[in-house]
Amino acid sequence: MVPELSLDIRSGVITGLLGPSGSGKTTLIRAIVGVQIVESGEISVLGEPAGSELLRRRIGYVTQAPSVYTDLTVRQNLDYFASILGVSKSRVAEAIDAVALGGHANQIVRTLSGGERSRVSLASALLGRPDLLVLDEPTVGLDPVLRRDLWNMFRELADGGTTLLISSHVMDEADRTDDLVLVRSGRVVATGSPAELREETQTEDLEQAFLALAEAA
Amino acid sequence: MTPRITLATAARVLRQLRHDHRTLALVILVPPILLTLMKYVFYGQEETFDRIGAPLVGIFPFISMFLVTSIAMLRERTSGTLERLMSMPIAKLDILLGYGLAFTLVALVQAILTSVVAFGFLDLDTAGPAWLIVLLAAGNALLGMSLGLFLSAFAQTEFQAVQFMPAFVLPQILLAGLLVPRDKMAELLEWISNVLPLTYAYEALELAAADDIGRDLALDALVVTGVIVLALVLGATTLRRRTA
Repeated sequence: MVPELSLDIRSGVITGLLGPSGSGKTTLIRAIVGVQIVESGEISVLGEPAGSELLRRRIGYVTQAPSVYTDLTVRQNLDYFASILGVSKSRVAEAIDAVALGGHANQIVRTLSGGERSRVSLASALLGRPDLLVLDEPTVGLDPVLRRDLWNMFRELADGGTTLLISSHVMDEADRTDDLVLVRSGRVVATGSPAELREETQTEDLEQAFLALAEAA
Repeated sequence: MTPRITLATAARVLRQLRHDHRTLALVILVPPILLTLMKYVFYGQEETFDRIGAPLVGIFPFISMFLVTSIAMLRERTSGTLERLMSMPIAKLDILLGYGLAFTLVALVQAILTSVVAFGFLDLDTAGPAWLIVLLAAGNALLGMSLGLFLSAFAQTEFQAVQFMPAFVLPQILLAGLLVPRDKMAELLEWISNVLPLTYAYEALELAAADDIGRDLALDALVVTGVIVLALVLGATTLRRRTA
């Protein structure tokens, strides 16, 4: 699916993984998290081979579809993941607040909206204060205010030393990242900061830049 | 494996069940109701009811837990929660034992209630002690759970998982000797029944009901335990850290 690919991601910054649906973003992300069967090649994450046991404490992973128990409340979900990670109950409350779900803590996840469910999933990944946070399209279906708040939170996390890898197919989110990786049909089309990519393609708009780079590739 | 995580998993599974009142009610109430039905289907044939009543008490948990576990595990696989768990510091054994612990507890409640109804209200009369029937019932719950967990890996949808019940459970019930004693069946079927785990579970229940507590019963219990361990080991291999 993803034929050949070589990529370095800087730590302590937000890297955006951008590309259309079906471009291989999720496969790449799953390979980094270590849940994807990889045919060949080496992936090193935080100095360890991807998928190694030590990394399971250091990576927070948010899948595209919210992977939480829909028949439990928000808090019951987080309590369970907290006991797996061995973190305190106070951390659960912090994670719920971080994704602005304080008012829904005792609500069954099934009764929440799609956007709220994906925030429960995000809160679960924040619990263990991971060194690397891998998010697969975390802002799909969220209202603009919440999207801005989440990106502000991602920025705070990065400022605090967390490495973030965030996939998106929305080009207007690209400007909020430090580094961009543009993928198309399983290949990396371009890498660089948003400013660099603009300069390289002589365009103002990142969408235009993507088009220029995709057509040149 | 970490006891803290195993217990947290068991508590989580029980919490999910507690939110699902209907499933819980069906699991707990259907066996006593079916047994009552049996009593009056065999109205006036007390010896038949006495023969199959006790084994039935022990077989219901097998059926319920097989179904509940295969659906629950299928949901873990398809909802992405298993993938999340597999990317977290949890051992596969924590998941397996967590489920085992939770469902054995539910099966015990089910078996105790069914026994109370059978022995207390339906005048089921067996030579053997009721507590042994309940104990064997709990073992059969584990058997159903471990087989359901393993087979759930071969179902892609809940429709398929539910069909595993007539495909894998019903033939075992038919061949175990519940309807017709095994030595009265066609010889080929008797051979087949020799390799089906429920045959041994059923025989153990029959022996316990007849108060024939000895070497044969121990051997049956050993076979059932062996199958549980084997199914759990096979089930563990279907919980993969990496998938395509």
